[in-house]
Amino acid sequence: MRTKDLIEEIIFGVSANKARSGLTMLGIVIGIASVIAMLAIGQGSKDSIETNIQSIGSNLLIVMPGMQRTPGSTVSSGRGAASTLTLADAKALESLQGVSAVAPDVSRRSQVIARGTNTNTQIEGTTPEYLQVRNVAIDLGAFFTGAQVSSRAKVAVIGPTTRDDLFGEGADPVGEKIRINGMNFLIIGVTAAKGGSGTSNQDDAIYIPITTVQAFITGSESVSTISVGATDSKSMTDVQAAITSLLLERHKISDAASADFSVLNQSDLVSIASSITGTFTTLLAAIAGISLIVGGIGIMNMMLTAVTERTREIGLRKAVGSERRSIVGQFLGEAVLLTMVGGGAGVALGYVIALIITKFSGTATHVATSSVLLAFGVSAIIGIVFGFYPAQRASKLDPIQALRYE
Amino acid sequence: MIEIKDVVKEYETGTETLRVLNNVSFTIPEGQFVAITGPSGSGKSTLMHILGVLDTPTSGTYVLDHVDVSSLTQDDAALVRRSKIGFVFQSFHLLPRATVLRNVMLPLVYAEVAPAERLIRARQALQASGFDESRELHLSNQLSGGQIQRVAIARALVNNPAMILADEPTGNLDSATGELVLQTFEKLHSEGRTIVLITHEPDVAERAERIIVLKDGVIIEDREGKKRKHNHRT
Repeated sequence: MRTKDLIEEIIFGVSANKARSGLTMLGIVIGIASVIAMLAIGQGSKDSIETNIQSIGSNLLIVMPGMQRTPGSTVSSGRGAASTLTLADAKALESLQGVSAVAPDVSRRSQVIARGTNTNTQIEGTTPEYLQVRNVAIDLGAFFTGAQVSSRAKVAVIGPTTRDDLFGEGADPVGEKIRINGMNFLIIGVTAAKGGSGTSNQDDAIYIPITTVQAFITGSESVSTISVGATDSKSMTDVQAAITSLLLERHKISDAASADFSVLNQSDLVSIASSITGTFTTLLAAIAGISLIVGGIGIMNMMLTAVTERTREIGLRKAVGSERRSIVGQFLGEAVLLTMVGGGAGVALGYVIALIITKFSGTATHVATSSVLLAFGVSAIIGIVFGFYPAQRASKLDPIQALRYE
Repeated sequence: MIEIKDVVKEYETGTETLRVLNNVSFTIPEGQFVAITGPSGSGKSTLMHILGVLDTPTSGTYVLDHVDVSSLTQDDAALVRRSKIGFVFQSFHLLPRATVLRNVMLPLVYAEVAPAERLIRARQALQASGFDESRELHLSNQLSGGQIQRVAIARALVNNPAMILADEPTGNLDSATGELVLQTFEKLHSEGRTIVLITHEPDVAERAERIIVLKDGVIIEDREGKKRKHNHRT
């Protein structure tokens, strides 16, 4: 039998009973659509979490103060509350191998006033290295220099969200005055938008020299965190160990378990987040996969019914000279056609569902090409697997019995 | 040319062996119109299956058109049916929801005949079977019994077979349409076709040139048809 004729017979067979073919296909459509939509949600969440983490900076290690325990008391004030880190610690870290830049910072929320409007935002006291370590770019003006840090200059670089709040959207506030904690600061720059969200929004912050913050706002020598940029992602673990041992030595602590600081590795955060979203995606895909199997069983059920219902037709085809493989080809082809068309429609439906989810719930979705190909492949395989048994059964029918079948 | 020699067909039914055909032998020369008849249980259906290469004899030989087809694999048997035999069934066996043309062309699809050639041959076959050409695009389930059987005859003719094998072709038709179908067979016979007609109706059998009567698996009579001369037009 010619391939073209086989295809024609397959299309004829499927279109002969449109209602049933349509309903059977629906099982596959729903299965594939849910796989696509679920993977899109999983992939979208993973992407947005990873982007959020990456936006903090690349190859980043964050040194945080440890818990503060008052001598003789068991009350812990929580991780990060102690003021055990100093500028001197930050300075010392710069000399470690594999470290490209170190940016200590002191942060505090404060009320700020400009031109009669005011807002409450994050004040970040830091050094120029912050730009490099935390991946911050300048949109307007310039960031403050090392000299301005040394001289405790009263200059400020503001985030775009803060700028929008205080001066209006898109305004150029460079040269304007801003009042923080009763002191006037000169705005010398605006950072570029990073699109972070929540409490770690780097767009809603005011950056001023760390020495200025220590001298005029916090009045303390301690720093909130020290951000350390590693030269490359491979050396992150080594750098983390080096930082830990150096600080233990500087703080005169012999037991690593009682360290008054902790070092967070950004790649740890990424891998933790990835493994969480990965589990989440696998779970979603597994649920969707079950509906796909149910759809496949629907295909098998329909094909078996079709073989029974079309027994006489099969008998006739054999009587007029059809070989076994032509019969196998026809029934297997019908199953594959149903799943392929169902798969195509399912991909389209899944894509639409993903768009709707993004539109109405705000959850990021991402339909990956790989998941589309996977869905297509899986649906074709389902057609072959679940169509094989009915096709074999059809081809093995005895033509005499089949012709007589009522 | 059909040569059946010492054909035996046995069926195993549990512990017993049932002999349905017992040393049946006959030869049908090319162009003959033969009726095989007999009461039910005489073995004529089994003989029809063997003649149609749908089944193989337990022993004995069957030579169809100079080819021994006594023991073939399923696929080889299909190849023989496709090229040498045209079937006409009692219950028509047309593809439902398919056009007349599509039905007639079906054997040519399996014989891998080119599409343009198929159409020409299908129209010729429909014409030979006396089917109304203007209805070639009707669906098979929109036709009357007589029209349906003519489509089936056209389908049997389309591969230009060595033998047309008709199994009770008038069984599901009223006598008037049955008569039309028999006339069609007579016309095809007059054109030189070899026709083997299986029937249990003596009246129908008598229309053939030769009648083979089976009983209990053996040939009890092999003679000329009585009504043949009366109806013979050529």
